Amino acid sequence: MTGQLNRVSDSRQYGRQINREASPWRQYAVPYVSIMAGSLLPVFVLTGTMPIMAPLGFMMLLGWRIMRPGLLPVWIGLPLGLVDDLFSGQPFGSAVLLWSLAMLAIEQLEQRFPWRNFGHDWLTASVVLAAYLTLAMLFSGATPNTHQLTVIAPQIALSILLYPIVAMVVSWLDRFRLSRTREVV
Amino acid sequence: MAPPSSRRSGHSRRAQYSIFTGYVLASIGALIGAVLLVISIFQPSAFSGVRGTAINAVEPAAEVTTTSRTGFASLYDNVSGYLRAGSQNAALNEELEIARIKLEEAKAVEQENLRLKALLGIKQEEVEPIVVNRLVGSTSASTRRFAYLGAGSSDGVAVGMPVRGPHGVVGRILEVSSNSARVMLLTDSESVLPVRRADDEVVAFAEGRGDGLLNIRLINLGINPLEPGDVFVTSGAGGYYRPGVAVAIVDEVTSDGAIARLIADPAASDIVSVEPIWQPAALQSAQIPVQIALDEVEADQ
Repeated sequence: MTGQLNRVSDSRQYGRQINREASPWRQYAVPYVSIMAGSLLPVFVLTGTMPIMAPLGFMMLLGWRIMRPGLLPVWIGLPLGLVDDLFSGQPFGSAVLLWSLAMLAIEQLEQRFPWRNFGHDWLTASVVLAAYLTLAMLFSGATPNTHQLTVIAPQIALSILLYPIVAMVVSWLDRFRLSRTREVV
Repeated sequence: MAPPSSRRSGHSRRAQYSIFTGYVLASIGALIGAVLLVISIFQPSAFSGVRGTAINAVEPAAEVTTTSRTGFASLYDNVSGYLRAGSQNAALNEELEIARIKLEEAKAVEQENLRLKALLGIKQEEVEPIVVNRLVGSTSASTRRFAYLGAGSSDGVAVGMPVRGPHGVVGRILEVSSNSARVMLLTDSESVLPVRRADDEVVAFAEGRGDGLLNIRLINLGINPLEPGDVFVTSGAGGYYRPGVAVAIVDEVTSDGAIARLIADPAASDIVSVEPIWQPAALQSAQIPVQIALDEVEADQ
């Protein structure tokens, strides 16, 4: 019931005209499509030396999860992780496991600290990203060595610095998601 | 932002159950992930079919981004080349003089080579590349170094074939689907390549470190004869790569070998050629030690 009310107030908040409401398709598809697009993007960058891209799919997931709590179901790591595994180069199953664990971990954090500002969110995202990239390195199927550690350190730093931009993109996508385009007769 | 009130179940049984179900499903998801991960670590080719289909689907888009990427790269080269034109011209002229002399000497050596080969009865054969195509993408967010090639089994590409760029070896085909293929680059931490020093018979293994550099591990231990600037080429051992293709240049000498840089950076060599496996017969006959060792390398990733 409260969900219903929330949706109505959401569309009021983001609307410009009377007599219109958000398109349900857009409302439900935008988060998932944007996360899958994030998983796909690093494929188009060609690098032979070291991981130079942030894990954009996971960062989009974090962005949506942290900025819109309750929008993504807790179990969403399974299907979205499957998509990420198709393109990431990690052994199949690595993202399914890590994304599911991340969703559970954030759920716990959220119950522990219900009131947060952007700084807290950024800190949460930083900790989760650092843990994710380190575990992904361990699960990459290669024998872990110290050189890999020196390579993911810059990647972790880049991902942490990139989080505010991802958060900005997510909030922009959220406005797009809830913009009132469908005419009600 | 505080979590919306719908996440707090309160006394509602229904809400409590739905939240509990969410947790159970998420845990099951994590469990499924763990099982898949274990399967694919011990059986790396297990999911290559789905992965290949997915890469096939995005391959046309990757072609487009590749074209624009190489366009930008050449624009940058043009601008920087223009800025350094004068001093470079003088240096190049000098180099050209030396190269002309060397070329004449090389012709003489080539002639002698032909004569000796004729004496030994070795047939001179040119290696025809199976296919020439672009590297359309890579796994740029992962610690593994794979690239995607815009050609697959429909063009005759098969697992194990060496991939080379205009400057030297880039990697080896790992997985093939109909229109794309996955290439394990030399810099991947599971890649091992038999090499020798270009100007003598010092043999070694070039192993990827995972950070863009190669470890040159000498086979004959003893006094380390390597020096910075030494060039390593493929030795032909193992039967995958034909001998004499440039691989790496020594950067820093260590106690048991050296750290080397790639000669053919995959990001710089946009067009690559896939060559047939150099000695398929050698691969088959050497089933016992070499094939098993290579299979283990493959199984490790």
